[in-house]
Amino acid sequence: MMRAGLEHYLVVSFLLFSLGLLGVVARRNLLVVYMSLELMLNAANLALVAMSRFNGNLDGQVLVFFIITVAAAEVAVGLALIVALYRRRQSAHVEDLASLKL
Amino acid sequence: MTTQDVFFYVFSLLTLVCGALVVLNPFSRNPVTSAMFLVLTIVSMAGLFVLLHAFFLAAVQILVYAGAVMVLFLFVIMLLDIKEEQRRRIKTFGLVAGGASVAAIVGIFAYSLFQSKLGPASPAPLVAGATRPLGELLFSRYLLPFEMLSILLLVAMVGVILLSKKDLK
Repeated sequence: MMRAGLEHYLVVSFLLFSLGLLGVVARRNLLVVYMSLELMLNAANLALVAMSRFNGNLDGQVLVFFIITVAAAEVAVGLALIVALYRRRQSAHVEDLASLKL
Repeated sequence: MTTQDVFFYVFSLLTLVCGALVVLNPFSRNPVTSAMFLVLTIVSMAGLFVLLHAFFLAAVQILVYAGAVMVLFLFVIMLLDIKEEQRRRIKTFGLVAGGASVAAIVGIFAYSLFQSKLGPASPAPLVAGATRPLGELLFSRYLLPFEMLSILLLVAMVGVILLSKKDLK
């Protein structure tokens, strides 16, 4: 156990990002894939806030503020797309949405 | 080892465990369970933000993410009435490709962290992330992106209304 420095926060952020990536790759439910995407965005936010704190620079926090706003807009649009897709196909399963596949 | 460090380990452990339960929950494949654990992840991450003296962002994180975004998720889950994800046959190629890509990303992270030589004793922070300097920055240097974000929100709102119409042309 050491004092929590910048690298500790970065390790947590990396691990969280990898978990999100694993979810996007491995899960088959469209909504859970979307939640894993949110997990990845949050990991990036954590890295930015930690960097901003340990460099004594507030620009990172402003960027996180923007990212949270964009993520909220993205979730709204993405969930509307999922609902529209579900109405047409009656499924939110990734493997049922393969009509573009060769 | 101060109180702050203890809180760091508690919150980061909570974040990672709940994040893992969002993605690979051994007990349930229900999307509602994943959503609930995502709420826990976000709240414990707000705790990490407080430890990093980003108080305003911690509040925004809880209000926007744990409040608005997750309510939207749960609303859509209930609207679609999604059953539990049935276990389907897993394709070997997908499993291998996915595992390889995740392993590659983890390797790149570990390498970059090892190369950067940050050291355990990072320099002391210069500014405390008080809300006032953040607001001043937001309304002076970042005024244009700030205003563009409001347009983005408007566009997203119009787009969502258009997408949710019954007869999508």
